[in-house]
Amino acid sequence: MSHGILDIAIAAALVIGGLFTLVGSIGLLKLEAPMARLHAPTKASTLGVGSILLASVLYAYASGAPSYHELLIIAFLFMTAPVSAYFIGKVHIHLGQNRKPLPKPARDRLWATEAKREEDTPSVPEMKADA
Amino acid sequence: MIVTYALIFAFAAVSLSLLLTMIRLVKGPRSGDRILALDTLSINAVALIILVGIAGATQIYFEAAIIIAMLGFVSTVAVARFVLRGDIIE
Amino acid sequence: MATRFVQRLFPHPLLSVALVIIWQLLANEPSINSLVFGAILGVLLPFATAAYWPNRPQVTRPWMLIPYGLVVAWDIITANITVALIVLFKPNRNIRSAWVNVPLDIRTPEAITALAGTITLTPGTVSVDLSDEGHALLVHALHTDDPEAVARKIKHRYERRLKEIFE
Repeated sequence: MSHGILDIAIAAALVIGGLFTLVGSIGLLKLEAPMARLHAPTKASTLGVGSILLASVLYAYASGAPSYHELLIIAFLFMTAPVSAYFIGKVHIHLGQNRKPLPKPARDRLWATEAKREEDTPSVPEMKADA
Repeated sequence: MIVTYALIFAFAAVSLSLLLTMIRLVKGPRSGDRILALDTLSINAVALIILVGIAGATQIYFEAAIIIAMLGFVSTVAVARFVLRGDIIE
Repeated sequence: MATRFVQRLFPHPLLSVALVIIWQLLANEPSINSLVFGAILGVLLPFATAAYWPNRPQVTRPWMLIPYGLVVAWDIITANITVALIVLFKPNRNIRSAWVNVPLDIRTPEAITALAGTITLTPGTVSVDLSDEGHALLVHALHTDDPEAVARKIKHRYERRLKEIFE
């Protein structure tokens, strides 16, 4: 196989993907505050996997059997990453893991997670007892 | 040739990140961090499966990758909802 | 009459198109077979699930999604490099995280969802919570000296464009 421009593109996508995946996990391990930890994996890992999937598309194209269904996984990951991050952020707020107090909402009384907690306070001790 | 070296590098990087994520999963300290580590673990597993697919020049692993991606997302949301509400389906 | 009938048959035209494209990608080889089956699914699934999904999302200017997508894609790439540099080379004690309070001008749920997703995928910010009446968004910034500036940038760069697309 010659060192065509396609090969270089595949190799670059693989290396970038590997690096970003690694950065995501290093961030997950290194950062101290739970909320700060949320940043590295949601962004870096998603882009890293996206890049590796892109390399897979290019590789299939280079080896003469084009395949595009990796694009589905890319789209799926980029749509679900914010949702998972949102849910995990809500878990952090719910468990009171943030060190800095939340600011007051600009135009309303409470944030949704706090309002929910206030609403079902009676059920919370019950849940704790189960766990 | 250059692709082979890049592939080896990517394998090493993804495996190392799986290991680091595993440490965070064990360390915790609280459930929010563990859910995040699980989510990252499933995303990294997708990357690893795709890399195996490239190395073997086969499309067979695609279905496994998409199923792990979907299950990873659904289980993250399910566990997060359980912690938030004590219930998954209301 | 006729338009009502078409609306009954295709309650979510965008969803139908998306289903056809997704089926094409899943089949992974362009053939008349998969196109026909994708079209059948594209008609059948929205029709069968219409009862559970009564409201049709409004997109007034869909063509504006293309420049928006390009802006967001560019921001995702630059943001990732910034976050990678912060993660790798900044010691933990120098990282100044902050909560950012973004008051919202957009009202439709689709627009707010798109904004929250965009914020999470771009520069060092994760959207975490919505206020109980939906008038403000809580955003966590990984490293910033000026939370106000972050909020202004989000409003100017993303919310303005989304308002044009959805409202």
